[in-house]
Amino acid sequence: MTHYRRGSRIAALLSRFLSGCAVVAGCTVAVGCGSDISGDGPEVRGPAVEGGPVALRRLTSQQYTQSIHDVLGEDIIVASRVEPDARLEGLLGVGASFVSVTPSGFEKYEAAATAIAEQALSSELRGAILSCEPSSASGADDVCASEFIATIGRRLFRRTLTEDEVAMRVAIAASSGSELGDFYAGLELALTSLLVSPNFLFRVEEIEPDPADASRLRLTSTSVATRLSYLIWNSTPDDELLDAAESGELLGATNLTAQAVRLLDSPKAEAGIRAFFSDLLTFRRIDDGLVRKSPTEFPAFTLTLAGDAKEQTLRTIVDHLVTNELDLRELYTTRNTFLTPSLGSVYAVPFGGGQWGPYEFAADGPRAGLLSHVSLMAITAHPGRSSATLRGKFVREVLLCQTIPDPPANVDFSIVEDTDGELRTARERLGEHVTNDACAGCHELMDPIGLAFENFDAIGAYRAQENGVEIDASGNLDGQAYDDAIGMGQALRDHESLGPCITRNLYRYAVGHNPVSSEQDLLVFLNDQLAASGYRWGSLIEALVLSEGFLTASGQREAEEAAQ
Amino acid sequence: MKKRISRRTVLRGAVAGGAVGMGLPLLDCFLNENGTALAQGGGPIPVRFGTWFWGCGMNPARWAPPTEGLGYELSEELQSLDRPLESGGKIRDHVSVFSGFDVKLDGNPNYPHGSGPASNLTGLFAPADGVFAAPSIDVLIAREIGGFTRFRSLQLSATGDRNQTYSRESESIRNASEISPMEVYARIFGPDFADPTAGPFMPNPRWTLRKSVLSAVKDDRDKLMSRVGTHDKQRLDQYFTSVRQLEQMLDVLLSGPPDLPSCRRADDPGPDILEGEVFQNDVDSVNQRHGALADLLTFALACDQTRVFNMMFSWGISGLYVPGSNTTHHQLTHDESIDTELGYQPQATQFVMVSMSAWADFVEKLASIPEGDGTMLDNCLVFANSDLSYAKPHDVRGLPMMIAGSAGGRITPGIHVKGNTDPCTRVGLTVQQAMGLPIDAWGVNSLRTSLPVSEILV
Repeated sequence: MTHYRRGSRIAALLSRFLSGCAVVAGCTVAVGCGSDISGDGPEVRGPAVEGGPVALRRLTSQQYTQSIHDVLGEDIIVASRVEPDARLEGLLGVGASFVSVTPSGFEKYEAAATAIAEQALSSELRGAILSCEPSSASGADDVCASEFIATIGRRLFRRTLTEDEVAMRVAIAASSGSELGDFYAGLELALTSLLVSPNFLFRVEEIEPDPADASRLRLTSTSVATRLSYLIWNSTPDDELLDAAESGELLGATNLTAQAVRLLDSPKAEAGIRAFFSDLLTFRRIDDGLVRKSPTEFPAFTLTLAGDAKEQTLRTIVDHLVTNELDLRELYTTRNTFLTPSLGSVYAVPFGGGQWGPYEFAADGPRAGLLSHVSLMAITAHPGRSSATLRGKFVREVLLCQTIPDPPANVDFSIVEDTDGELRTARERLGEHVTNDACAGCHELMDPIGLAFENFDAIGAYRAQENGVEIDASGNLDGQAYDDAIGMGQALRDHESLGPCITRNLYRYAVGHNPVSSEQDLLVFLNDQLAASGYRWGSLIEALVLSEGFLTASGQREAEEAAQ
Repeated sequence: MKKRISRRTVLRGAVAGGAVGMGLPLLDCFLNENGTALAQGGGPIPVRFGTWFWGCGMNPARWAPPTEGLGYELSEELQSLDRPLESGGKIRDHVSVFSGFDVKLDGNPNYPHGSGPASNLTGLFAPADGVFAAPSIDVLIAREIGGFTRFRSLQLSATGDRNQTYSRESESIRNASEISPMEVYARIFGPDFADPTAGPFMPNPRWTLRKSVLSAVKDDRDKLMSRVGTHDKQRLDQYFTSVRQLEQMLDVLLSGPPDLPSCRRADDPGPDILEGEVFQNDVDSVNQRHGALADLLTFALACDQTRVFNMMFSWGISGLYVPGSNTTHHQLTHDESIDTELGYQPQATQFVMVSMSAWADFVEKLASIPEGDGTMLDNCLVFANSDLSYAKPHDVRGLPMMIAGSAGGRITPGIHVKGNTDPCTRVGLTVQQAMGLPIDAWGVNSLRTSLPVSEILV
């Protein structure tokens, strides 16, 4: 298990923190800059901004599973089918702030909760979560039930339960325990009622007036704890974090920093970084069996292989950003990765490294960086063939945060897509886009980027030719010329929008909404922090969680925006 | 008819009084003397509403019937409706066709494959691609008639993607589709299902206990509501509506087996058929899944497990393909040249034929269940529609629509009505009125209409 390195992190962080705005370019007008850290309130770095509106955030299916495992035990089998997550503005993490629970979804949550409770309180597993012995196993015991509900409920609701919330569930345990003649069966129903509660299924972000400035609103300390925990662990806060939150200590900058570092240093942080990149890179499409390839043309491409391809990319990211703490821009140039034998055969490389082993793509080979991985090449292709347009769109929208308008409704694609005609390569066919005025404006932004990857087919396997013609993968990205996909990766690594875009995406993922105008300065500041650190992932996370955007809010979201 | 009006009035009163038309206790006007919801032989037979969707439209000149009115002449692309039914007559006798009804845009963007369904199913313009500005028509109807059955509605899709659904509660709340016949069987006909043909009814003691769990959850409501903003209140309302629907389900289960003569447990479809470990969208696999889902739905309706459904054969951007080909239906509609001799795209048109054949299969299944003096189809209203008319340029004028069934005698089937560029919402308004919704106009701007298609309304 890889995780963030310990050592002098806390000291380094605090020293950066104490040095205040001197090292920070975008900080000169900031009120909150250089503030001391002795007070009780949230002392934050960066420009004094107001965070955007808060809203309920439904747990994603991964967060649901991860939370159950952390609270009730890794051995619990969690139903894979709860309400599907919704992608909004490119992220499930944003969609979670808009969805609710539909009738069919609630049915699934209730069935999942029942099955989870049954396992958790089975005679094999309950010892790990139940610290008291009932006075009789065949009836009610309100004291023991109450202790269990309060302890487990706090971890599930991410705050201490009110007396009513406990009492109501003790009553369920008592009446059903007596009726069924089984204390544990009664407790199962009480646990089920916690698991289907909106207080568990939704993260409730609460706000309060900032005691230091009553005109401003901040997140309550338990809400900050929850944001922190789901950002870094993709799971529910542990007791130590909840203790810090409920004592009020968490909102002091020293404590917040210490907790952030503790969470980052935990092995659980790997799940957090995987969750963010899985969301950003739309890997859920693989999980859902939606990256389909023509079985006759690509028989090797099964769900298992697609799952391996996803895992390859995630292992590469974790190794690069966490284990080795390398420059995140070099994700698009690194030749280091991990393979399985079945992936090795798609890549057509000799790989005898067992089920998962490290691998370095050859220096004179065609591959370097995440964009040469099977996972991303398969996701950004059609079932039967590659798509320079989809690949270019992915780079522009997901990696550079640029918007490509929709194509006009009335457009003739027949020349561009006729693969049986005289135009044999994608480059020749797509030439039509840029000689056609209605298409050129947008396609000039996408196609040239995507053509750099034409050596990779619909499942990312290498090919030198298409329809007997040598593939020309050269081009230029906003002024930087390249000859092939490796050069394209280098141009992407050097692109001025790459850092700001990952910053923006991580921020949206952390707070659950697109930045409002008051948050724009903060994004500039966070990107400067990232650059100053040499593009280290941990630094970006730390700067983000100490920022006012993470800790404050403009209010509660009042209206449903036009969602996409 | 009288019963329908009184039910509507009661529900309207309930809504005005703050409750939502969901999970209400069974009202007296729905019960017969024995206190069961539905009486065997003679009691009211439920009227069901459903949608049936296929993607990428048709070829207008080949799809629209050449003649109007009752006994219309079948067009090339509707030949599958010529199939005879075992119960007598032909499918076409039970299917009305609507051609030439337009999705109006009033200068709003024509989001490819998005604007058509958004306007046709909500009467409003799409606020963004893929987004509906208001609840879809099936949800409006489910809120009126869906609260009395075990499931408020069922969403089924042969596309293999749970997120592909045109059933919307609001801009961002979608009713996900069920895609796996195996899972649908387990959900409807699993151990909780009381088969009226299978011996004495034994209620599961856990059902009552599950209700107690839900009552605890409802107690969380007020405190949570006071802590959130306006939009979150709406989201929580949706959540608590869903809780009430599960309570309703448990009440229905506790009340014993369905009392309808054609009800029995559906046949187990067996394990899902996968290739490369996923659901493939070649036409054979899609037809197989569509058939399996339709069989399950047919018995769910015959057992009054739900009165509202959505069945999707293919998504707007249709991913269907012919086995062995690497080009999908949607791609072909845009990429394929028009055959100058035929005057249409031959490969893309194959998928229109496949879709219309699947639609005929679906209608046939509903007509295979005897009910009252006829078949279950007589007590259904199935609204078939697509996202476009001619897909090549994303044309939303003349959006193809059909209605199968007689809605319990409320509509006359087997008629072809030409819209002559009237707004598509006329059909949607007709559907809602036939299902007893108290509205006399629907839609906005050029989509607004107060003129139902009177030719089919009884």
